[in-house]
Amino acid sequence: MDAMAAIKQTFFQECEEQLAELETGLLAIEGGQSDLETINAVFRAVHSVKGGAGAFHLDELVGFAHIFETTLDHVRSGKLAPTPDLLKTMLRSADVLADLVRAARDGGTVEESRRKALADELARWSGGAGEASATAESESSEGDSLEGLNFTPIQISLDEIEEQGEAPTGDRFKVTFKPHRGLYAKANDATLILRELSSLGSAEIECDQSKLPKLMELDPEEAYLIWNITLTTDKDEQSIREVFEFVDTDCDLTVSKLDPPGLESIDIAAMIAAAQSGPRPEAQPDPETPQSTLAPAAAPAAPAPSAGQDMAAKAAAAAADKGDGNVAVTAQTTIRVDLDRVDRLADLVGELVINQAMLAQRISEGTVGRASSAAVALDELEQLTREIQESVMAIRAQPVKSVFQRMPRLARKVATLTGKSVRLIMDGEGTEVDKTVIERLTDPLTHMIRNAIDHGLESPEKRRAAGKPEEGTVRLSAMHRSGRIVIEVADDGAGINRTRVRQIAVDKGLIPADAQLTDDEVDNLIFLPGFSTASTVSNISGRGVGMDVVKRSVQALGGRISISSNPGKGSTFAMSLPLTLAVLDGMVVTVADQTLVVPLTAIVETLQPKQADVHGMGGDSRVIAIRDRFVPLVDVGQVLSYRYEAADPMTRVALLVETEGGARNALLVDAIQGQRQVVIKSLEANYGRVPGIAGATILGDGRVALIVDVDAVVADARGDSYREPSMAMAS
Amino acid sequence: MSTTILTVDDSRTMRDMLMLALSDAGYRVVQAEDGVHGLEVLKNEMPQVVITDINMPRMDGFGFIENVRKSEKHRAIPILVLTTESDAEKKDRARKAGATGWIVKPFDPVKLVNAIRRVAAA
Repeated sequence: MDAMAAIKQTFFQECEEQLAELETGLLAIEGGQSDLETINAVFRAVHSVKGGAGAFHLDELVGFAHIFETTLDHVRSGKLAPTPDLLKTMLRSADVLADLVRAARDGGTVEESRRKALADELARWSGGAGEASATAESESSEGDSLEGLNFTPIQISLDEIEEQGEAPTGDRFKVTFKPHRGLYAKANDATLILRELSSLGSAEIECDQSKLPKLMELDPEEAYLIWNITLTTDKDEQSIREVFEFVDTDCDLTVSKLDPPGLESIDIAAMIAAAQSGPRPEAQPDPETPQSTLAPAAAPAAPAPSAGQDMAAKAAAAAADKGDGNVAVTAQTTIRVDLDRVDRLADLVGELVINQAMLAQRISEGTVGRASSAAVALDELEQLTREIQESVMAIRAQPVKSVFQRMPRLARKVATLTGKSVRLIMDGEGTEVDKTVIERLTDPLTHMIRNAIDHGLESPEKRRAAGKPEEGTVRLSAMHRSGRIVIEVADDGAGINRTRVRQIAVDKGLIPADAQLTDDEVDNLIFLPGFSTASTVSNISGRGVGMDVVKRSVQALGGRISISSNPGKGSTFAMSLPLTLAVLDGMVVTVADQTLVVPLTAIVETLQPKQADVHGMGGDSRVIAIRDRFVPLVDVGQVLSYRYEAADPMTRVALLVETEGGARNALLVDAIQGQRQVVIKSLEANYGRVPGIAGATILGDGRVALIVDVDAVVADARGDSYREPSMAMAS
Repeated sequence: MSTTILTVDDSRTMRDMLMLALSDAGYRVVQAEDGVHGLEVLKNEMPQVVITDINMPRMDGFGFIENVRKSEKHRAIPILVLTTESDAEKKDRARKAGATGWIVKPFDPVKLVNAIRRVAAA
């Protein structure tokens, strides 16, 4: 990848950041936070996108950003008030800008009519006459900078400038240049300007030092010298004035055209050298102006700044000597690393953890005592390994902001389509979670937000009738809770209509008509496949993609989803997800001579079944009384087809587990080996999908152990139809 | 010894582009992300030229220039303002703050180097 392509990639990355910034800012302003800093941040975001886009010839993007920027500038200067209507336009413009950026990056197009409509709308706000004029304005004001943008870095030699004008041809101009003290105060340097001027052709320069006071009276910051130049050049007056572009307010300048040449030229290089190196005994004789003795004037002519510059040069020379000349020193605190490298590191650390566990086991099997120095060193190694692992995981951790920031846009779209008014409040965007989790969070979250607006919130009329504000609120929040991340989507809608949900479930044959269900169980019916409470097929939530899909994708992430609903007040969906998909705290157990791992997060407690507590329910079904409740007793060995006959609970151990829906079950295993952190390896990627199994891991002794998918095992034991039937496992 | 140039810009894209163009032209480049950062960098660096953006968080280009001009040690450093604004008002404000000159974005490397040559013997 060449350097420019790399910068372009940076540009698009930066654009995404700016777009997020833009949206955050606009939403903050919408929320009443219209302080200058927020408005400035919004302005800067658009400005930055425009600036970079210009460098890459992305004219459409530049054009739109320019119009947007103009409107924002009016807001910034107080000419326009950030009214709700204007903010709506701006938020939609931010969407178009985002689409334009993505179109430029991925090579698509943005609907012309949509872009133009918003450009016109923006222009109307800022009092312009629409896209055409705004674009024209942008082009005329930045005319010459927009053309010839082919950015190909070139090597320029200083000599190019100075080796010109061997045989002066063209017109002769008389230039009078009288710097003011402000010129020097701004670090401009008359000699440099004269040097540039002389590069236009052939110049005769004389210095009028008649204003120069005696040394004692000399103010080092004052400008006393006047330069008279006769320039022979084939350039026009405009080009000459351009040389003085930076100083035109800090000097008196006259440029006038002279009659054809007649004067001999002066060695300009020598003069500049003289002006820079101080007094020189012999000045160039001048036939016309006898007062012109150039050299002695030079030193005082370049006042204080020049001396400062020398010091500057020396200091920089010293600095440059320390480092080596060309190496760029960047004062940044972040670096960008290819994700593959981080993943490779994470993999290696995973291997290290396994290796360390193996070593620990080997040593403990040996004759080395617990208190021996080898065992102590091993403990330290374990600590270190864990820390390394955590640090690597932290590299992969990202704030959920990257997912959250897409949601306001989605919410606006859904609100528009459903004719509802919604306010999305976000909280905890800075909460960090593994990158993989973030990537796979988008879909379920998108669906939950859609669902909250489409199904959760009532129509404005109904809300008004219920005495609520017409604008519904959806609150999206993230937080860390006991080693997991919990993401909640809460709406202030009508809540779940339990009677209706129950009726639908009965109608669809999902539950028997006489089923006794608690409120929670009724609420959880909406997670069943094929359940849809919308009375009409809405094109937003769509048929076939329901909460069951959300539930499954959350489960696939090792997460749980739960719902709590309050009639008339709203519903809250809570997803609880592991912070990383790479490691898991597990309980290592034995089942039918097999070693399995049960995720610790699912386990509530462990217990030794007593004969009196276990009751048969007919067939193989049994329940166990735990305190005052009966919970189903599930023989893991039987469900996973390690054995045909149900095992005797008395000699075994029961793990009380909680499933996603909050239901409790007791998993019967033969024995508990211990508790440890395991590195998850995908079974699907390495072998194939096995029902009831979530993945595999390598234990300390080098054996492969399967990780139990608690929910699947429980569902299988209950005979739930949507689970594939269990099959014999290759062990 | 190569000439050192300090670039102050909040946009990574711009910083990268400046870095590419300037280092190709043989300059040594130090970077800062905004005015505050720029002043920090100046504590340890004495560049021959500073190129700064105008719109930046924390401290914008105007504020940055004013601060540099107040510094006894740094006030003689030529400062070029890098901005997409080509309107007179911005230029005037930059000049009042003490800017030596300006470069209109998007810049091409030749113009960039020419602007540098116009303000520094580098």
